[in-house]
Amino acid sequence: MLLTNLESIPNRRVVEHYGLVTGSSIRAKHVGRDFMAGLKNIVGGELRGYTELINESRQQAIERMTQQAESLGANAIINVRFSTSAIMAGAAELFAYGTAVKLG
Amino acid sequence: MDALINLGIFVALLCVGYLAGTLAERNHYRRIRRRERASRNFPVFTDNDTKNLSGMQEAFLASGSIVVSVDYFKRFLANLRNLVGGRLSSYESLLDRGRREAMLRMKEDARRRGGHFIVNARLETSAIGNMQNNKNKVTCVEVLAYGTAIRLTNPELLAGKS
Repeated sequence: MLLTNLESIPNRRVVEHYGLVTGSSIRAKHVGRDFMAGLKNIVGGELRGYTELINESRQQAIERMTQQAESLGANAIINVRFSTSAIMAGAAELFAYGTAVKLG
Repeated sequence: MDALINLGIFVALLCVGYLAGTLAERNHYRRIRRRERASRNFPVFTDNDTKNLSGMQEAFLASGSIVVSVDYFKRFLANLRNLVGGRLSSYESLLDRGRREAMLRMKEDARRRGGHFIVNARLETSAIGNMQNNKNKVTCVEVLAYGTAIRLTNPELLAGKS
């Protein structure tokens, strides 16, 4: 499965469009991680626990989007976009969407 | 007495935040500058013009992200500044650090997977709420950089683009 945020894959032709595919994932870390992040908030800098959490979560959103595209019979997703929104304290929704296509 | 203890804790947090935060930020900036020098020959474009691109072998999505937060002292300063308005320079440097780090991670991801340059690069920022103090919501931000990495069959062609 090819993923790109371009409107098409260079040098390849889109032969079929399957429309929008989406994937989302909402995750929260356990209390211990939240506590560590709270401590880290005093000195500032990167909150590794959260970076990790968000990366895992985004990976899962991409996976779900890919599965949806596969079930439609696509072999690529173009114009992929991401969005993140904080749902509640300590949890975030990661959302990925794009257009499923078949490349010739 | 309680008020005094609370004040003591507050001042201690301010001092720890200031010292550790300043040190951490200086170190982070030093790392960022060094890595930026190292990846200067890895071009990133925000356009999506690939029409003239020949010799492309592979295109894939590359991304890099980071969650950063500001220290206690700077947060306090920003809250004060919020009363009178104006530039919140402590948050400016936070976002600057976040963006540059995310860009570097995207480049490193692309390079590790065999890309030669990135087109259609996008940067996205979102505020992630914090659980401890609800009064100042923007305590950490997530920055995501993503784009399409292109691998060429012949990397010397790179000079042709741009």
